[in-house]
Order: sequence, then structure tokens, then C-alpha cells
Amino acid sequence: MSANSLIQLAVLIGAVLLLSWPVGLYLARVFMDKTEQPPSGGRIIRALRVIENSIYRMAGVDPLQEMDWVSYAVALLVFNLLGAILLYAILRLQYWLPLNPQHFPAVPSVMSFNTAVSFMTNTNWQSYSGETTLGIFSQMFGLTVQNFLSAATGLCIAIVLIRAFARESQKYLGNFWVDLTRATLYVLLPFSLVVAVFLISQGVIQNFQGTKRVDLLHPVAFTVNHHRIQLTHQVLPMGPVASQEAIKELGNNGGGYFNMNSAHPFENPNPLSNFLEMICMFLFPGAICIAFGEMVGDRRQGWAILTAMTILFVVFASGGLMAEHGSNPGLHGLPVATRASPLQSGGNMEGKETRFGITDSVLFNATATATSTGAINSTSDSYLPLGGLVPLWLMELGEVSYGGIGSGFYGMMLFVLVAVFVAGLMVGRTPEYLGKKIETFDMKMVALGILVTPAIILIGTAVAVLIPHATSVLGNPGPHGFTEILYAFSSVANNNGSAMGGLTVTSIFYQMVTGIVMLMGRFWFALPVMALSGSLVMKKKIPPSLGTLPTHTPLFITLLIGTVLLVGALNFLPALSLGPLIEHFLLIHSH
Amino acid sequence: MSEIISKPRLSLNAPFFMKAALVSFRKLDPRVQIRNPVMFVVYVGAILTTMLYFRSLASGAGAVSSSSFILATSIWLWLTVLFANFAEAVGEGQNRAQVESLRKARQDTPAKKLAEARYGASYEVVSSQNLKRNDLILVETGDWIPGDGEVVEGLASIDESAITGESAPVIRGVGSDFDSVTGGTRVLSDWLIVKISAEPGEAFLDRMIKMVEGATRQKTPNEIALTILLAVMTIIFLLVCATLLPFSIFGVHLMHEGHPASVTILIALLVCLIPTTIGALLSAIGIAGMGRMLRANVLATSGRAVEAAGDVDVLLLDKTGTITLGNRQAAAFYPAPDVSERDFADLAQLSSIADQTPEGRSVVVLAKQYGIRERDLTSLNARFIPFSASTRMSGVDLGDRQIRKGAADAIRLHVESQSGSFPDAVQSVVDSVARRGSTPLVVSDRAQVVGVIELKDIVKGGIKERFIQLRRMGIQTIMVTGDNRLTAAAIAAEAGVDDFLAEATPEKKLELIRGIQASGKLVAMTGDGTNDAPALAQADVAVAMNSGTQVAKEAANLVDLDSNPTKLIEVVETGKQLLMTRGALTTFSIANDVAKYFAILPAAFASIYPQLNALNIMDLSSPAHAVLSAVIFNALIIVALIPLALKGTKYRPIGAEKVLRRFLWIYGAGGVILPFVGIKLIDLLLVSGHWL
Repeated sequence: MSANSLIQLAVLIGAVLLLSWPVGLYLARVFMDKTEQPPSGGRIIRALRVIENSIYRMAGVDPLQEMDWVSYAVALLVFNLLGAILLYAILRLQYWLPLNPQHFPAVPSVMSFNTAVSFMTNTNWQSYSGETTLGIFSQMFGLTVQNFLSAATGLCIAIVLIRAFARESQKYLGNFWVDLTRATLYVLLPFSLVVAVFLISQGVIQNFQGTKRVDLLHPVAFTVNHHRIQLTHQVLPMGPVASQEAIKELGNNGGGYFNMNSAHPFENPNPLSNFLEMICMFLFPGAICIAFGEMVGDRRQGWAILTAMTILFVVFASGGLMAEHGSNPGLHGLPVATRASPLQSGGNMEGKETRFGITDSVLFNATATATSTGAINSTSDSYLPLGGLVPLWLMELGEVSYGGIGSGFYGMMLFVLVAVFVAGLMVGRTPEYLGKKIETFDMKMVALGILVTPAIILIGTAVAVLIPHATSVLGNPGPHGFTEILYAFSSVANNNGSAMGGLTVTSIFYQMVTGIVMLMGRFWFALPVMALSGSLVMKKKIPPSLGTLPTHTPLFITLLIGTVLLVGALNFLPALSLGPLIEHFLLIHSH
Repeated sequence: MSEIISKPRLSLNAPFFMKAALVSFRKLDPRVQIRNPVMFVVYVGAILTTMLYFRSLASGAGAVSSSSFILATSIWLWLTVLFANFAEAVGEGQNRAQVESLRKARQDTPAKKLAEARYGASYEVVSSQNLKRNDLILVETGDWIPGDGEVVEGLASIDESAITGESAPVIRGVGSDFDSVTGGTRVLSDWLIVKISAEPGEAFLDRMIKMVEGATRQKTPNEIALTILLAVMTIIFLLVCATLLPFSIFGVHLMHEGHPASVTILIALLVCLIPTTIGALLSAIGIAGMGRMLRANVLATSGRAVEAAGDVDVLLLDKTGTITLGNRQAAAFYPAPDVSERDFADLAQLSSIADQTPEGRSVVVLAKQYGIRERDLTSLNARFIPFSASTRMSGVDLGDRQIRKGAADAIRLHVESQSGSFPDAVQSVVDSVARRGSTPLVVSDRAQVVGVIELKDIVKGGIKERFIQLRRMGIQTIMVTGDNRLTAAAIAAEAGVDDFLAEATPEKKLELIRGIQASGKLVAMTGDGTNDAPALAQADVAVAMNSGTQVAKEAANLVDLDSNPTKLIEVVETGKQLLMTRGALTTFSIANDVAKYFAILPAAFASIYPQLNALNIMDLSSPAHAVLSAVIFNALIIVALIPLALKGTKYRPIGAEKVLRRFLWIYGAGGVILPFVGIKLIDLLLVSGHWL
């Protein structure tokens, strides 16, 4: 790992931690306990306040009417279902809808289903290619709207869980409509606006043209079947990219406007935009930890969780950087520069943009997989086996090393409760966290949540490898083919959406199966979390004593990291040993 | 009921273990196995591998799937199940042996069973155990009443102190409101004919014994929560192992060589991965917890009570008997201004010479330190004046000389009635003694006040250290006493309790408990009287003294046969130990999995990916040996940990963080490392023995 990599990693983490603090406090104020006391502040906030109130008036929502976990969950599910139906309808009807300059036809039904589910669940797994499938209306009013709403939904669930710890002896967890409105209005929209403007300043496009014809600087000529062809221009896809790009990163969505995602210069033109996009991906998953500490009245608790997430990320990102900066044994003995020099990057540059290089590519990939964003600026398929192991394993840890907006936090909390449970036993007390006793029902919900992701990854992969059709679309022979399938299921089950490439996922089998897996991964996880919140909020808070296990100390942070790693390793080591690990051993052996 | 307080002795000998081994086979019943999800998976795995073995006899295959390998795996899986059963059987056996000795002690009460309900009718002496409902028995002066019943004839005075704590005898007779008698009480005079009203085995103690025996043992809430966690891990590992079959089939398809992982190896891997160590020992830990209570002579009505004891935040302790020795004792003499110390000690001794109360005796003992010898009452020609409620004084009359001892105001009245005066100096001594929380007793000789005796509560030795220990465990202690605030505060300070409740009444106690519980804390208390029952019922952990009333015992969830209030501290420690042992073994069990992966994964896919041998960092000799070594280690570790499960991990009151750090090193880090060593050693043994 070069000094450049270390510095970039350190600056990135430093910036994230620095920004998490104020943004976290802001989040806490937005969602503070009292529904009737919205964030007070300057002129902008007051203006937003007017909009917020008029939304409630129009929707007929009483913002003071709080919900228990069941009503909250029902409202959330119905809202998401309607969102998915709306998106499905837009995709199916896009030919007749405005803002479709290229006159794209309706998106096929199975692909529409897959895409609607994908964007509603904050996965943004893309089985389509944006610039050749979707018109501007579908992108803006279909996908981008869901980018906001799925992110807001994730934030709402996290806030519910935080309130469950902050409140006591009652059943009310807040009002879904209020939380959803505030998440969008006070959090996602303003931040997206700022980021979008900054991205435009860096060269990200924002227009309503379908395509643009550009003359080539140097005409290209070549021969095909004895016909000499002269190319003088190319057609570039256009669109309102910056506005979608901002929420794509801030909402941990990851669905690119273009098929090439953040490798496309119109989405991510330079290292500075690359760096900003990485920070955006970390921003809310990090800030929510701070908001948690603030809302439960013990800031140390929030920092402890943020520290655990950060350490996990740094370890994995460093591993990835080391792997990709190392050389490919296949190139040994060939006249290829495998070591870094002023003129050569060294390491494994295959599948990476020269404007980013190894460090920015690997960091971006690690960030996108760690934060459940799934955006990409290089090709995971071309990474070395161990370099590819990093994003794969980061997802398989359950998206908790930061994780998605809201979902990363509540995913991590399940691990916290497992750690607290075992540690609590070891100190000789019925386990408790923040004064709330963790009892049978809570453990059931935790277990249900922790069970779902590995279960659907393993079962999905097993089904896929047994179906001849599913394996016929592999782009690579040998164990790498297995890695590609495992990666696909790890990505959709965790609602990440990162694609390794190399696997053609447009078949009906993959579109249907991944669609179902995304739904299970999102709601089979979220519902137990909400039920858990419903149980926790009713409990009394026990004041801490000397016999209480402190949950903000380095020891507990270590224990939490150990729990995440151990569960992640135990669940996936066998599968990984048949994928990236054996790829690595084969690569070493054959050279 | 004092006869049952003989300590049950435990004999762990060969026959005991033989019996436990036998029981482990009996527990192979699937209806028993299904109660433990983790071990049920091992059980099914053992059955499956046995079937695979018979199938392999018909058709021989490659090295790894050879019959002898399958047989060996199968045998060790059966042993794993049996070891788990054995752990449980040993725990149950221990408890049964203890209960047996308790019961034997109880059986010793003889009963005079009458042929008809008539005094003087013929009777035969039978054991109280053999009494049935409606049997008629005769009890006479000095007899123990052998069981609960109803008086049908006679009238007698009965000592119920063993049950009620009230030393005054009560009258029980036919036709009155008081015609029911309780087993374990004693007839002081006259006789009764009693109709037994409870079947043997239904009396209070019997019911408790039954629960301890495990017949009605139910899983505690914490045990259920842990079982859920373990079950989910088992399901995940089931998926991990089951999906390896399609994964390896796919591997064969990709590599065009080798064969898929054998089912035997996958079952072996599954058994190694699922938390069998804790799964096998979980119920043994719970049983042993109740057993440990029993050995401390505490009967728990449920495992829940023992477990809750570990969570207790506040202990309510009665002052008398728990924190202080039963009675106040003379601690110092303060003579009046013109009286010498020795003279006063002499008068003090005279005033108490006939006083047989503990306070009185302590004055005599203290006087001895001043060189005053004991004197004989008759040779002095003295007349003892006992304490009376009207005069509130006691003392002696030597001829016309009246020596009195009593509360300051009583003595004031006494001397002033003889036109004496109560000196201000003495009054100030009285006040300062009272301020210290001690009781001042003033002594007068004729009309002269001669001095003040300070009576003090004596705090039990070592109790202060106990409280420091408790504080380190995070437990707050509250002293409960009927004394006034001043006295209570002084003793509280001396004993080092965190807080106290003075002038306590049953209502105040109940209110205090409710208040503490409202703040989310768990409260434990001890009690014996009927008036304690509401508070006992309200407390989360309630220890009733066996000497206490039936009502108190019914309200409590633990009964201390020794009637020793400090036992509460041991109860708390046992409760904590119970949880800690579970946590330690769970951590150990999961940490073990890492090494097992390194042993089995390279072996499972050796034919497809021989390069995966890079993961064989233990350098195990062959795939078959690797799998077997892991399975054998997995089985043997259960046996090795049975003593820990039964004894419990060592408890030290050193604070949560320190305990956790210690345990993470021992059971976490140790749990990762130990199997690497163990599996390697077993592999070496297998190689040297040419066993496969």
C-alpha cells in the first residue's frame, strides 16, 4: 500500500468523522422526540416549515398523532408498495409519457418489476442499461423519486429504533408520515441540492437533451468485411445527471444514470468529484450514529458504534488496496511493469479508469460496497481474487460497516444486541443495552433479522448454480464463475446493488429471483427491527450500576467488531473458499 | 422442622456415574432430544451417518467416503449426543442425591396412627411419609406433628415457633377457629387426635423438592433467549453446510474434475460448526445452578428465581440477625460525676445480676472487665425486680436499697419520686449516647443516679467486607430496621450499607420495594414473618427463612433451610455464576468454529480443489483424519467441560468490564486457539495408532 493510498484513506476517514458530527446533531434535531417541536432555525428552515405544514394539511395527516410499531410498519409498507407500483407504471408507460426524446419503448414487464423493486428497496440493482432503456421522465420521476423515498424509508426505520431506546414505558414510536416528510424535506433534498450544484461545477451534466452529436477530434478509420469505415462523430447520451447523481450517493442508492455508473465521466468526471461522492456515501450512515448518541442522551454510545464501523472499513479497504497494488502473478516474467514508478501505476490496473488509478478505484469500490450504495467506478470482475474478495465480504458482513442510510445503523444494532447478549451473560446479568433488558422476544427478532441475509444469499446461490440456464450466462470459467453468482446474490440480498459484471442478469430467472431476494432482504430485515423497536420502547430503562456492562469502551467496540467478523466469517468462509480464495490459490499455483 | 437441616452429602462414585451413563442412553428417546434443537441436529446427523454407513457397505467408494471413515464419524456423532445426555444426567443425578438425603431426613418423623378417633385406642407407629389423607393420628406431649391436618379431638398447647417464629405457645383444639395443625410443629402439653389433610408429597416442602428434582423444571427466560440464538445459528450453519453440496457439484462442473463433497463430511462439518458445546451443556448448567442452591441449603421454587438473583440491584436486609448480632450489648460505662468507675461497674452489675436477658448478661460480662466478679443473688439476700411495662425498669432490692436500671425518663421519674435529682451531666451523657445510635440505660441507687450504660448493636464480623464486595458487583444494600432514624443511621454507617429504612413497618417496606422497582431495578429481600409476606411477594427475589411462617414461604421464591439471612449474598452469586457459565461456554463454542473450518474445508473439497490445502494450516495428515479429528475434538470437549458446567465459572466481584475482558481472553481467544492444538494432537494420535 503506497503512501498516497494511506493519505487518501486517512483524509477520507478524517473528513467523514468530521462531517458526521454536525450532520448527526442536525439529524437528531430534525427527528427529536417532540413532534410538535420541529427544527427551529434560520429563514430556510422556516420556509421549509411552511412547506411541511402544508403537506400535512393537504395529506390530511395529523402530525401529533403518533403510531405504535404495527401502524408505523403498515404505513411504511403500504407507502413503499404504492411507490413500487408507481415506478412500475412509469416504466411500462414511458413510451407515452413526456420527456422521452429518444422514444424508448416500454420497459419489459419482468425488467420493470425488477427495477421497481430494486429502487424501492434502496438496492438499485440494475438489470437494464440506463442510456439505452430509459427516457428522462423515467429517470427523473421514476427512479430519482424512489431514490429519495427509499432513502427516507431507511432513515425512518433507524429513527424508530433510536426512539425505542430513547423513550420508555410507552408504545408510540413516532408518526411515519412526519418522519418521511422530514427526512426528505429537511435532510435529503437540501443536501442533494448542494451536492448536485457542486457536481455540476466539476463537469457533471444536467440537461434535458436525449443525446448530443459530437465530432471526433481525430476521425477513426477501420475495415470490417472489406468495407472501409470512417468514423467522424459520436453520439453521447445526455440527461439530468447531476440531480440524480447527488441522491444516488447521499441516499446510498447507487443506481447510475448511465450503465457505466460512476466510471462514466459525465457522472464522475475527476478525482475531486470522486472524493466528494465517497464522502456523500458515508455521510448519513455515519451521521445517524451521532444522532443516535444524541437522541438517547449518551453521545459516547454513538461514537462507539461509529468507531466500530470505521475500524471495520479501514481494515477491509486497506486489504483491498494492498491486494490491488500488488502484482498479478500471471504477469510475472512478462515485460510488464508490475511495480509503481513515476510513469507506471504498477499493481492491477485492469478494469480501472486511468483518471482514478488504483487507489481511487479501490477506495470508491470499498466505500460503495461498505455503505450499501453499490455505485462503481471500476470493474470488480477484473480485480485480483483477493481484491475482489474485499467488496464481496464487505457486503456479506451484512452492510454494517457504515451500511446504507438508516439500514446500516439498524443492521449494526442487531449485532450490538448479539454482542450485548453474549457479553451480558458473561458478566452475570440478564443482558441489557442502554438500560433496556434484552429478553426472549427481542432475541427472536434479532435472530430473525440476522438469519435472513445469509439464508437468502446461500439459498439463492445454491439454486442458481443448480439451474443449467443460470450458469450458462457466466462470463468466466472456473471458480470465478461461482464468485460472480455469489457476488450477485450477496449484493441483492443486502440491498447493495453493486454488480461484479461478467454475469448476464437480464434473463427472466435472474430478474425474478433477484427481485424477490431484494424484497426479502429489505423487509424481512426491517420488520423484525420494527417489532424489536415496538418491544424495546415499552421497557423501562434500568439505571446503570457497577455491574452493568459499559457499551462505549474500547473493549466493547472490540467485541462488536469481533462479533461482526466472526458471524460474517463463519457464515461465508465455506462459500468464499470455493470462490475468491480458491481463485487466489489457483492463481498462485499456476504461476 | 429442624431435623431436615442436616447437610446433604454427595457421593460421586462409580455406581453414580454408571447410573448416569445408563440414563444417557435412555435419553436417546427422540421426544427427549427434540427439546434441545442443537443436539437434535447432531442426533439426526448421527442417524443419517449410520444409514450412510450401511449403504456404503453395499457399495465401496473412494478413500474419504470409505465405510470405516463413515463408521468412525457416525460413532463419534453418537458419542457427542451421549456426552450431552451424560452431562445432563450427572447434573440431575447430583440433585436427586441431594433431594434424597433431604427427604430421608424428613421421613424420620414417627407418627402414631390410630385405628379409630378415640383417645386410648390402639395405634401403630408409622413413618410420616406413609401417612395418607384422612388418616387419624395421635400426638401427645413432646411429639412432633407429622403432617398438616385438622384436629378432631382434644385440646393442646403447641409450639409453632419453627413455623411462625413466635415463641409463645398456641392453643389448638377441636371446634375452635384454631383447629388446624401444621407438620413440623411440636405439642408442648396434652394431646390431640388429628386427621391428616394432605397426601404425602403434597406438603409445602415436598412440592419444593419436586421442583428441584427437575421433574417440573422449566426453561428460564434467559435460557429460552439463548436457545433461540443457538437455534438460529444452527439453522444458518445448516444452510451453510447444505448449500456446500450444490456449490461443490458446481465446482466439479467448473473444474471438470473431482467429486462433490461427501454427505458424511458435510454432516461432520455441520456438527462441528453448530454450537454443540453450549447446546450440550446448557440444561446441565441450569440443573447445576439449582443444585448449587440446594447445596447451600436453599430451595428454589424455580430456576427463574435463581437467575433473577443474578440481576438483583438492591438488597433489602433486616438489621437484626443479618447485619448485627441478634441483641444489643453493653459497650461502655459512664459513671455520674461523683461516682468512681469501679463503683459504677459494681452497681451496674448488681442491677443486672438477676437479669437473664442478653442485654442484662452483657452488662455482667462488661463489668467483669472492671474486675467485678459474679455474685450470687441468694447470698446477697437480694430480691430480683423484673422489668415491667408500667415502671419500665428492672433491678434488685437489697433490703431497702433499691438498685434500678432503665430508660432515662423512667429513672428520672423514679429518683424524683424519692426527691432525688437527675444530674445535668448524666443527661448530657444520655443524649450523646443516643446520638451515637446506641441505647442509654441509666442506673440508680436509691435516689441517686450513678451512671449510664451504653448498649450497642454489634455489627457482625466480616459483614462490612461483604457489602464492599456487593458494591463492586453493582449491588446496593439497604438496611431495614424498626429502630429510630438516629440509631439506624449509626449502625448503617458502621456496617457500611448504602442506605437504610428506619422505623420500618410492613407497609413502608412494601412502599420502598415498589419505589425501587419503579426505577427499573430488581429487589431482593429476606423475610420470615407473615407480615413480611406482601413485601416478599412484591420483591423480585424473595428468600424466606425456613423458620418463618407458611405464608411467608408461599410468598417467597427461595426458602433458606438454614434460616441464615446472609445467604442472600450467596444466592446472588450463584445466579450470576449461572449466567456467566452460559456466556462463557457460548463464546467458547462459537470461537471453536474457526479452527474447525481450517480442518474440514480443505478436506471436503480436496478432490476438486487440491490447492485449497493451503488452508490446512494445521498440516493434518489426510482429509479423513482431518474431519475425524475435528469431530472427535468436538465430542471430547463436551466431556472436558462437564465439570465447569456443573461447578460454574469462578465468580469474582471485580466489575463488569474486567470480568468481560478476562472471559474474552479465556473463552474467546482461548476458544479460538485451543481447538487448533487439540485437533492437531488428535490427528497425531490417529496417525500413530494407524486407526484409519
